[in-house]
Amino acid sequence: MEGLARFPLPSEIADAPGAEDWRSMYPYFTRFQPGDDERFWFYNSMHFPEPMPAFDTITAEVPYSAIGANTARVFVFPTTLGIEHRIVNGRVYITANPVTDPEEIGRRAAVFGERASYYYENWDALYEGWKVRMRSLIEAIESVSVPELPEFEDPSVVFESAGVAQNHYLRENFHRCIDLFSKMWHHHTEMLMLGYGAYVVFFQFCKQAFPEISDQTAARMVAGIDVIMYRPDDELRGLARLAVETGVDDLFTEGCSPASVLAALADRGEGGKRWLAAFDEARDPWFNVSTGDGFYHHHRSWADDLTVPFTALPRYVAQVRSGTLAARPTAELRAERERIASSYRALLASAEERAAFDQMLGLCRRVFPFVEDHKFYCEHWFTSQFFGKIREFGALLARFGVLAEAEDIFQLHHTEVDQALSDVMLAWAAGSPPLGGAHWQPIVASRKRMLAALKDWSPPPALGPVPTALNDPAVRMLWGVTQERIEAWLSPSADEIRGFGASSGVVEGPARVLADVNQIGEIRDGEILVCPVTAPSWAPVFGKIKAAVSDIGGSMSHAAIVAREYGLPAVVGTGDATKRISTGQRIRVDGDRGIVQVIG
Amino acid sequence: MGSADAPAVGGKAAALGELIHAGIPVPPGFVVLAETFGQVMAVVDPAGALVRAVAGVAAGDVSAITQAASRLRERITALPLPGDVVAQITTAYESLAPPGGAAAPTPVAVRSSATMEDSATASFAGLQDTYLAVRGPAAVLDAVRRCWASMYNDESVAYRRRMALPEDGLAMGVVIQRMIRPRAAGVMFTRSPVTGDRSVVAIEGTWGLGSALVSGEVNPDGFTVSKVTGEITGRRVGAKLRMHSFGPNEPGISSSAMPAGLRGRPCLTDDEARALAAIGRRVEGHYGVPQDIEWALLGARPGDDLALLHGEPADRIRLLQSRPETVWAAHERPPVATPKPRASDHVLTWLEKPL
Repeated sequence: MEGLARFPLPSEIADAPGAEDWRSMYPYFTRFQPGDDERFWFYNSMHFPEPMPAFDTITAEVPYSAIGANTARVFVFPTTLGIEHRIVNGRVYITANPVTDPEEIGRRAAVFGERASYYYENWDALYEGWKVRMRSLIEAIESVSVPELPEFEDPSVVFESAGVAQNHYLRENFHRCIDLFSKMWHHHTEMLMLGYGAYVVFFQFCKQAFPEISDQTAARMVAGIDVIMYRPDDELRGLARLAVETGVDDLFTEGCSPASVLAALADRGEGGKRWLAAFDEARDPWFNVSTGDGFYHHHRSWADDLTVPFTALPRYVAQVRSGTLAARPTAELRAERERIASSYRALLASAEERAAFDQMLGLCRRVFPFVEDHKFYCEHWFTSQFFGKIREFGALLARFGVLAEAEDIFQLHHTEVDQALSDVMLAWAAGSPPLGGAHWQPIVASRKRMLAALKDWSPPPALGPVPTALNDPAVRMLWGVTQERIEAWLSPSADEIRGFGASSGVVEGPARVLADVNQIGEIRDGEILVCPVTAPSWAPVFGKIKAAVSDIGGSMSHAAIVAREYGLPAVVGTGDATKRISTGQRIRVDGDRGIVQVIG
Repeated sequence: MGSADAPAVGGKAAALGELIHAGIPVPPGFVVLAETFGQVMAVVDPAGALVRAVAGVAAGDVSAITQAASRLRERITALPLPGDVVAQITTAYESLAPPGGAAAPTPVAVRSSATMEDSATASFAGLQDTYLAVRGPAAVLDAVRRCWASMYNDESVAYRRRMALPEDGLAMGVVIQRMIRPRAAGVMFTRSPVTGDRSVVAIEGTWGLGSALVSGEVNPDGFTVSKVTGEITGRRVGAKLRMHSFGPNEPGISSSAMPAGLRGRPCLTDDEARALAAIGRRVEGHYGVPQDIEWALLGARPGDDLALLHGEPADRIRLLQSRPETVWAAHERPPVATPKPRASDHVLTWLEKPL
């Protein structure tokens, strides 16, 4: 196939019309270089399904800095170094650097064996320590303050001889946000690559022993039952029960506005007070759940935007009234997980294989609580707080006239925010207006226009020559890029949309395409949800829909796990389902094969 | 009657008896014992000279095989049967009539049941005769004789010579079962015939009688069902261009064009496929080894005038045959993995291998 079929070369990509100046949004180290034409790159649609606002490139820069450090330098994975990323027309392409020289692999393996086994053998204790460190990072980001910059400094600066004025903290505290974000990502990858490694080994074993086992079924043997990601949804169910108990349930009607319900509750006496108190309790931290995957500033959390929880509440309230609101049947789920595992175990050929299966499954279940729960701490809780703090810096820049509005801060790269803050620091000190308004506001306006234009550009799934061998475990493990997938990319089918089968079953129904996750309230019963990304925070709508299709996500994603638990067919990681399907079209979702077809 | 009775009734009959024991529904029927075949052979070839001639031919000598075998076949089919044998078969056949009687003689399947067939090591598949939709006592008796004679079919003899199997001590029972008129029928393997995966049941089927599938006249529909979760992990709809059926009066099977509406339509619903797989698992569990099963599903086909037969899929399934799967059973594969000192050693080994 090589030589005959190939992907476009990075140098062959033309600038998207209307966004010719896209390079000005991103730092030089994200640009394709002439030598990059000789390498295979793929579009990381799993994490970056949309064009990147300048600030949001930090969600590529920092994770790749942390992942590569973890695999190449900290644990010294034998066959892989790190991941490189480039941006073209606003889209993030990546490639991995494999290690192929046997001698080099051997040298690395000696170091890796010692380091990795320390983590595997002490996993539970290390995970407990990890949670403590993550909680303190979260407290740290929550406690970052954005200086007020008053006309006169607080007296304490003088009488407690602080010796440092507030404008200094503008930069220090902004840097603190960036540094904490970086540390969070180092913690994120600290245990994750090893966790995935254990899963992949178990998975490979299952595939060899049972060539026809589905990805989902292998995942079901390891899936956790008491997973933190179910907690936000459980909290909502609890609030629905409380609404009925305290007699305020009449306020929760389909399409109700969060603000008016909350206002009305304040006038509902003791019941309303009790409900509001419980609501505040649940909110922190459980509403720190992003409507996306933590990679874009505009994927707001439940705490930021109550639309998602208030879309689910009326349905849960109705279920409480009719006595049909069931708690998650954890005992049954646990029993079913054991039944599946022991059934496969019994089908193995020998006692030897069963012993190896027990070891691998045991290890997998040891690492899986981390694999499943880390996202809540990292991408949801921490990241929601992080973007919230950056937004506060944006509000300050807007107050000083550097930006037109707070959200505009996300149109600047973090190093550009640094410059804008310097401008404000100087201006406040000098008693003169900052110069940034005239400089940044036209840039922001032009970048917003470019991002809108870049949305219409269809990124090729991959760039460069077709690789002869895919020898990077990370690429296969995390992105599911296999030889078959590359072949499917080379010969796309007109009426089929391919992704990962995340939850089995085949259904047909009308599509509801949500370009923006904040439109979640539009979903009607029996529709098939087609969206850029599904996150744990979407769980409440899973009771309404027939199936789910997403542009991004893998069969290990939380959306996949939730879909399996709800018994809904799901196809994730299609790349462009939201572009190729429109609301109202009848579609057929085949969750077994990972195929979506438009049938009318 | 069960597996242990194979020497008395033949492999197929014993397997059907075993299924009945295990509570698996099979169409009603009876067996002509292998002993009767012995009595017949004692008359046909009293000194054993004809059998010795068959035993003496060279494996590859086709004309010698034909010559030696056809002499025995002619004598068996021409032999008048003893009166008591005729009476027993006729009575048993008449007892197969549906309750209340029927206008036309009951159609039955008459199947060879050799005592050596269907062991786990040699399948003998299709070497001896089967007659479908046989009607009336005279036709049944004739079919029984032809089954016996099929012990000396050229291919059967050639197979025994090639496998160096002995000619003495051969015996055959004959199974006579009421024909059912299935909505769909086919075969299933309680492991994947393609990958050998023991966690799935592979089902193939077509509309009407399964003989259309066994004879290779149709591209069947295929379903792969997980034994563990019941999920249907594979689905293929075949272009089923021919259909086998039998008429209300005339004997035998006819092959006709598949009605257009059925060609591209799956012959099983998901629930039916799952119910079949569940029965397949029960049979496998009963025998302890993967099975190769022939099945039929009762019920009217879409477009039939017959009133649709309602009922749970499991209640509409009949098994016609089950034998051990032989292809993968003969495969030895090294263990996928063996235990290591520490569980994490599995990961270390895997990550150290270049992909």
